Amino acid sequence: MSRVVLITGVSRYLGGRLASMLSADDSIERLIGVDVVPPRQDVGRTEFVRADIRNPIIAKVIASAKVDTVVHMSVIATPFGAGGRTAMKEINVIGTMQLLAACQKAPSLEKLVVRSTTAVYGSSSRDPALFTEGMEPRSQFRSGYGKDSTEVEGYVRGLGRRRPDVDVTLLRFANFIGPRIDTPLTRYFSLPVVPQVFGFDPRVQFIHEDDGIEVLRRAVVERHRGTFNVAGSGVLLLSQAIRRAGRTSVPVPSPAVSLVGSLFRRAGLVDFSPEQMDLLHFGRGIDTTRLQQDFGYVPAYTTLEAFDDFVAGRELKRYLDPERIAGVEQQVLTRIERRRTVHA
Amino acid sequence: MPEARVIPLDGAASTPRRSRRAERCAALAADGERCRGRAVTDGLCGDHLAEQERAQAAAAAPDWERKLAGAMAFLRRRLTGDYPIDDFGFDPDLTEHVMLAAVRPLYERYFRIEARGLENIPETGGALVVANHSGTIPIDSLMTQLAIYDHHPAKRHLRMLGADLVFRSPLIAPMARKGGATLACNEDAERLMTSGELAGVWPEGFKGIGKPFSERYKLQRFGRGGFVSAALRAGVPIIPCSIVGAEEIYPIVGNVKPLARLLGFPYVPVTPFFPLLGPLGLLPLPSKWIIEFGEPIPTDELGPGAAEDPMLVFNLTDQVREVIQQTLYKLLLARRSVFF
Repeated sequence: MSRVVLITGVSRYLGGRLASMLSADDSIERLIGVDVVPPRQDVGRTEFVRADIRNPIIAKVIASAKVDTVVHMSVIATPFGAGGRTAMKEINVIGTMQLLAACQKAPSLEKLVVRSTTAVYGSSSRDPALFTEGMEPRSQFRSGYGKDSTEVEGYVRGLGRRRPDVDVTLLRFANFIGPRIDTPLTRYFSLPVVPQVFGFDPRVQFIHEDDGIEVLRRAVVERHRGTFNVAGSGVLLLSQAIRRAGRTSVPVPSPAVSLVGSLFRRAGLVDFSPEQMDLLHFGRGIDTTRLQQDFGYVPAYTTLEAFDDFVAGRELKRYLDPERIAGVEQQVLTRIERRRTVHA
Repeated sequence: MPEARVIPLDGAASTPRRSRRAERCAALAADGERCRGRAVTDGLCGDHLAEQERAQAAAAAPDWERKLAGAMAFLRRRLTGDYPIDDFGFDPDLTEHVMLAAVRPLYERYFRIEARGLENIPETGGALVVANHSGTIPIDSLMTQLAIYDHHPAKRHLRMLGADLVFRSPLIAPMARKGGATLACNEDAERLMTSGELAGVWPEGFKGIGKPFSERYKLQRFGRGGFVSAALRAGVPIIPCSIVGAEEIYPIVGNVKPLARLLGFPYVPVTPFFPLLGPLGLLPLPSKWIIEFGEPIPTDELGPGAAEDPMLVFNLTDQVREVIQQTLYKLLLARRSVFF
């Protein structure tokens, strides 16, 4: 079977890693990477096409190369890299519409893999402990990544209806973490003192970057129709994660959270969107039974292991060093014992 | 791993004996075989020697030392984030060592709670405890959790299903999750019970805890019977639970409705002592409590389709409600006074 794979968002970290991974796969004949800026990392034998998916040029690329698999990975999470919320929405929603329109017109297309996010479930106090793929968000989105992703998913489902011959795989990823990937959350956990919403301790769930790439790779080379939640098993409490990173947290009262958030953004420390603020309030957990049973992939890293790998890989300085704490504990015990044996 | 502590032993027996090269460790390994390690001192290998020393030290250490060691180990786990959390956010380490320990004096000394019928709670497997709700502040649920943890032979944790107000409130929300509670919705209830947990529900909700003193021990409406359909779908038994004594801790004589609306609370209670005596009025009255668990009502024989039959769900809801109400009346008749 000849395979021509097109990846959008190839110049971003995950897109680039997927491209270099697929380059090693001989069953894939041609790899085309699309983005508005050239890739900075090694993308193997991927042919780079400088194009904006908002532009009809993408249809020509798909048609002329007879692309049979499209991997859509250029939905962006934060407005500030894109140049504001309006631009972000345009890239995400209009870009997806344009890409899907091109896909619908391409007779060669057999498969569409879309990277989505668990942000589509929202985050509120009325959430069930774990979301399964069939559940709807319990809160209304105001704007942002979650809303964009919901709209993107809607268009993707539309394409699935109109082109039933195309295998549509929708992957909803939890927050990525790992030694190399750079996201607002990894920067958040790297702060020396981590702000936390006062009186809340949400559950967080992560997917290790290597696992995420592997799931994307399998979605391309294997056949998996449907929607899948992708996350490492288990959850961490935010306070627990901060402690595991060897950091201390400072509580920020709820009303001041958005103010602090924008201060951090201005200072260029952490670029946090409103949904991520909600996440820091209420957290979110997702059920990955379908990934493990139907998709047939058990992430190599649990949420906890993924987080520990991030801490170890970044060589974060653990201000609260576990070995030192254990050492102090041991010292106290030894001293007490010595005193007892001397008296006895 | 911390290094083995060296404990000076008294007398000649402690003089380390030089071991010959061929001598093997005398201890038994975990698999029952003789340890393959080479003996270092006293015919034991390094690992087993350290183990023996630890055991001796633990046996010799006075009680307070063991407690201190336990407390320090706990502190270390908290400081380094080294404790397990389940998918619901339940933190057994914190619950067992801090939260339950904190309310235990209240349980034993203040309310002198008597737990009955604990044999009705299965040793393992999913089950649903359904109880009446009262007391202005939902400490009756905490007490039920402690009753089961302390007095049930399997030391089970009751996983409470709470209203969304609980998970919206700062400070209370994380405590509730860490204590094993989760949102009272069908998905969570079913997930808990099908994974073999003991779930607890107070279907009267705020109508129950916020009712005026004049209506004490009169069960309110049992929601929409969602708990019954969840138990039916999971096929687990329902255990009715009647709590006597919690009604009297804060007798509600009035409700400041405008203030409640303003603050977004379900009610703002007025008791004979609150707000009249200020913070002192927050002290609960020391009533004597009885928590009685009734006979389990099986649901597995009704089949999974039963949850789709509204009439059956209504009838079962009424049956559970009736059992709890009758038990409450029986317990009230039998009790000598509110406080003894």
